[in-house]
Amino acid sequence: MPLSETGDLLRVEGLTVRFGAVPAIEDVSFALRPGETLAIVGESSSGKSVTALALMRLLDPRACSVSGRALLRGPDGRETDLLALPERAMADLRGRALGMIFQEPMTSLNPVHTVGRQISESLIRHERLSPRAAAARAVDLLAEVGIPEPARRASAFPHQLSGGMRQRATIAIALACRPRILIADEPTTALDVTIQAQILDLLHRLQQETGMAVVFITHNLGVVAEIADRVVVMYAGQVVEDAPVAALLEHPAMPYTAGLMRSVPRLDAALHTGRRLLAIPGNVPDPRQRPAGCTFHPRCGHARPDPCLRARPALEWAAPDHRVRCARWQEIAA
Amino acid sequence: MTDPLVRVRGLSKWYPLPRRGLFRPREQLRALDGVSFDIRRGEVLGLVGESGSGKTTVGRTLMRLTEPTRGTIQFRGQDITHLPRRELRPVRRHMQLVFQDPYGSLNPRMSVERILSTPLLVHEPALSPRQRRRRVEEALDLVGLFPGAADRYPHEFSGGQRQRIGIARALIAGPELLVADEPVSALDVSVQAQVVNLLLDLRARLGLTVLFVAHDLAVVGTISDRVAVMYLGRIVELADTAALFTGPRHPYTEALFSAVPTIDPAARRRRILLQGDVPSPVSPPSGCTFRTRCPYAQSRCADEPPDLREVSPGHWKACVRDDLALAAPISAPILQPTQAD
Repeated sequence: MPLSETGDLLRVEGLTVRFGAVPAIEDVSFALRPGETLAIVGESSSGKSVTALALMRLLDPRACSVSGRALLRGPDGRETDLLALPERAMADLRGRALGMIFQEPMTSLNPVHTVGRQISESLIRHERLSPRAAAARAVDLLAEVGIPEPARRASAFPHQLSGGMRQRATIAIALACRPRILIADEPTTALDVTIQAQILDLLHRLQQETGMAVVFITHNLGVVAEIADRVVVMYAGQVVEDAPVAALLEHPAMPYTAGLMRSVPRLDAALHTGRRLLAIPGNVPDPRQRPAGCTFHPRCGHARPDPCLRARPALEWAAPDHRVRCARWQEIAA
Repeated sequence: MTDPLVRVRGLSKWYPLPRRGLFRPREQLRALDGVSFDIRRGEVLGLVGESGSGKTTVGRTLMRLTEPTRGTIQFRGQDITHLPRRELRPVRRHMQLVFQDPYGSLNPRMSVERILSTPLLVHEPALSPRQRRRRVEEALDLVGLFPGAADRYPHEFSGGQRQRIGIARALIAGPELLVADEPVSALDVSVQAQVVNLLLDLRARLGLTVLFVAHDLAVVGTISDRVAVMYLGRIVELADTAALFTGPRHPYTEALFSAVPTIDPAARRRRILLQGDVPSPVSPPSGCTFRTRCPYAQSRCADEPPDLREVSPGHWKACVRDDLALAAPISAPILQPTQAD
């Protein structure tokens, strides 16, 4: 169905990335609506970062093969497949229609250029501003992301800023050209909780102001609960559940999601210190040797030889806006 | 009451910075600034704080891995603050460290057997190779690994399994005190819960005393009997875990709790957004070092650094304002067993 009929801004279909024979992600699909915050949650090697990098076309094509489609609806209603675009056209979208921020601001900022210059760069390239106008706009952007004394900070180098300030600066860079989609890959993971709260608050405010959609990649379910409209849960390279945030947190259909939620320590554990947590046994599988059948079956209390070991379960519709990849979800829910 | 296992008084660690000019005074970075606390025998004391709060320095200084600038450390009734290295060795057997990074803290060229044997070679040199092997296998069994793991190398294990190896290494010589510095923060959530459970089991089985250093308040609350909250090199609040979580008395603790994102919609609450960053430990604010970000600061807060004082039995805080009604992350117990699944 065309995006203009579904109302989606971005639709990913059958996205698969292989590094040699090793599949990093398999058949990933999800949709993003305008102005929505979609959280992609997963543990290490779930494929959540590879998904983001594949969408931005930042994976080295010599190291991996990417297949599938990622349809983006333009302001004029035309659909573009990001994965089929020539590199030059993609470079034009990157930083303009699509902004991205990363986990570690120190490695995503260039240490030898001032913060102001790094913001100006995309304004000069995409918006054809003069260097002088771009520099002035950079100061405005630093003020918008809550950096005190923006004029002075524009001429600072990244190492002269604190971790929270650096992440604000990378947000200013990503938002310089008013992207319609911001992809944020663990943007608060390296930050302290009080600084994380500031950055989440800032992203929320900017989203309200600009109406952009956000794809927020994280491993932290608490952050998901605070910011997301929809959640895509990934495990071992696949989407295993996809639902509105309230439905997911209240009625998770996939045993992995339920187990992950139970294993998160909560603050009220302080009332009964010493009580064991409800851990998921075993480890996240190595991408080179993912189990046959359902990739979660070795760790799943609900697994049965038939059907769980027989075949990879399909992603099924459990409700009109709730997808789950579990062959036994109906029995488990009953 | 018996003597505490550890007694720390006025512990400070200042790092001199390079001179910035010939006639400028040398500046000092105050990583720790007058920290006092006890660790009782058999308890888990949690130490929370954000980066730069000095929580890791407490653990390292306590074990004399870093020399304190000022203050005293008593361990098992003995003052170890100035013990020379040679006399420190028998003491160290009773205090062991578990590190944060399960990748960086195990030598990749050593088999697990060699990694675990090293503390035994130091502390129990009389053991025969066969006895040592047996102890290695017992230690692996204690942390839930199979005996054959001894013949493998660290890269063959997952992050959670490596952290189990790190715990086995810390426990193999039979310490009384375990200093665990962010032992689960590098692990995936589903695996983190396994390692927290392991530490809970070991503590119950072996009667360990633990200093549990972490930034994750929920993890600290799960495992600790008492919790100390640190800010800029000082303890700002110290209390029994349940008392701290149901009734924080220091504004920083309140803000820290309110910043933790939670998946529990019932616990969603007013968020106190602290302004700005933690000040530099080279030139901390006068008086209370939290006053520059504190929503309740008054002019008198700039005068004197507040003492850590006991405001109700066992509940200590370093804040002059006693008139505040602070928000708690969880309400005081109407004690019902929560769903154990």
